Amino acid sequence: MPRLRLDVVLTLLVLAALALAPLLGFGANHYLTLFARIMILAAAAVSLSFLVGGAGLASLGHAAAMGVGAYAVAILDAHRLTDITIVLPVAIAAAALFSLLTGAIAIRTEGVNFIMITLAFGQMAFFTASSLAAYGGDDGYTLYDRTGIFGSRLMENRLFFHYLCLGFLIFCWGICAMLLASRFGRVLRAARENPLRAQAVGFAPYPYRLLAYVIAGTLAGLAGVLFANATEFVAPAYMSWQRSGELIFMVILGGLGRLSGAILGAVLFVLLETWLPSLTTHWKMIFGPLLILAVLFMRGGLIGFLGARRG
Amino acid sequence: MSTGLFLVQALNGLQLGILLFLVAAGLTLVFGVMDFINLAHGVQYMLGAYLGAAFAAATGSFWLGLLLALPAALIFGLLLEVLVFRHLYDRDHLSQVLATFGVILFLNQAVKAIWGAAPLQVPVPALLEGGVVLMPGLQYPLYRIAVLGAGVATALGLWFLVERTRLGMLVRAGATNSPMVSALGVDIRRLFMLVFAFGAMLAGFAGVLAGPIFSVEPGMGDHVLILAFVVIVIGGIGSIRGAFIAALIVGLTDTLGKSLMPDLMRLFLDPSAARQTGAALASMLVYIAMAAILAFRPRGLFPARSG
Repeated sequence: MPRLRLDVVLTLLVLAALALAPLLGFGANHYLTLFARIMILAAAAVSLSFLVGGAGLASLGHAAAMGVGAYAVAILDAHRLTDITIVLPVAIAAAALFSLLTGAIAIRTEGVNFIMITLAFGQMAFFTASSLAAYGGDDGYTLYDRTGIFGSRLMENRLFFHYLCLGFLIFCWGICAMLLASRFGRVLRAARENPLRAQAVGFAPYPYRLLAYVIAGTLAGLAGVLFANATEFVAPAYMSWQRSGELIFMVILGGLGRLSGAILGAVLFVLLETWLPSLTTHWKMIFGPLLILAVLFMRGGLIGFLGARRG
Repeated sequence: MSTGLFLVQALNGLQLGILLFLVAAGLTLVFGVMDFINLAHGVQYMLGAYLGAAFAAATGSFWLGLLLALPAALIFGLLLEVLVFRHLYDRDHLSQVLATFGVILFLNQAVKAIWGAAPLQVPVPALLEGGVVLMPGLQYPLYRIAVLGAGVATALGLWFLVERTRLGMLVRAGATNSPMVSALGVDIRRLFMLVFAFGAMLAGFAGVLAGPIFSVEPGMGDHVLILAFVVIVIGGIGSIRGAFIAALIVGLTDTLGKSLMPDLMRLFLDPSAARQTGAALASMLVYIAMAAILAFRPRGLFPARSG
């Protein structure tokens, strides 16, 4: 039997804790809101980790794909189309199409220019959202209804929503892990390690990378659908480059190269971002230096840190 | 839109371009020589503006404020280099992005803690008050003309420094192939510290100049930072010439777009929707330009680095 890795064990523990939390006295609304935020952002971070760690594509515009999913919910809501049978296909198609169009151009560039061009596409999405006067513009849009499930209002049930988010997080983790372990994932990694050699053995990286970019963007879009439902509100800020930066931070904080790292990173990030403001209004003066120290002294992120301590 | 208004907007665009160039110049050299992404360059611009405003208020003179703010910005840049940045040179780009993002969070909040969240007003120096008549019936503020002049003069000085001096030669060589320069016996770290401190001072200078035009507030550097990145990516990383041309393109596109787009949109939409849609489209123009340029020239207009 293969030995379980520490980070996987830790992540499974976190997921188990999230599954049991509502049953163990953490069922109050403010807890469930916090958990939903953790799980949805963790799912988005996992899809980003797949992209950055797996395919070597460091996107600084991942929040935009998430925002496209959220805006699909908002725009349909404004036209009173709130059932999942419409919302889901439209959100998936919108996020996939957005990723396909931006990825087709962005993947032509490399390294820093890739970071910058994805940032630029993120900014375009941000300003597009700000210009949607009919759907709230700068101020954002408050949903009339959460997404209905085949006509029922199950999404309004807080416990159902909690387990839906948990299920989605596990789904994201599973599908990204499966993809990375597959032949497709091996080509991605080969292209990341040495594009020239990958090409020499007959795999042009471009279509593989583009597909990875579209898959990650679509998963982020789905996370956006959940996020819109969790907050019942959609705003251009969902697509800001700061949000993309936060997602990258979760990935790196947990440990790049391990999908489970993104989950641990997201948990730590959201907890810090919730707890620190209760200490002081100037909490960012603590958070900023923490970020710097984490980068300087925790190479390999949380997972690298734990691994180094153990061995 | 009348010719006069167009002229004013074009001048405003050039002046934004010049300010962007002052910020982007340091950024592109740091990026080019050390392959280091410094997101915190924008807060150095903000810090320059705050230092200028604080010193001007304390001494009662804009000029003394400027004179004191420049060395202060330089020293602060050196401090950041020694404390944080020099430990990041051999790390990957994402780590650099994150750590410098941390610096942004800290400094944005720090100025809020010290000077408050409300914008500071910096009065235009008495010497440069009033306006210049461009055309009959059309005045343009003298201060803005002075900013344009100061920026162009700085750009020329920078061009001379980079293209015509021994130090500049080393910087250019470093941007093209830094391991080779290092192998030839140049202390590249020392060279970099110089470039870095100088870049911080230029960004601070742009901040002081911007003080009386824009409001001095926390987060003012973030917008400029993103635009400066657009500038150096369009211009080609490490290239001063590229940064200058790209800065003017970006400054003009942004400013003219913001005044023309709402009018253009009014042809299709009702006035209030046109205003909002036009403003958003105008903000997007710069990024569309960048994406278009990178789609055809993935390394920017004037890439400095070889191979």
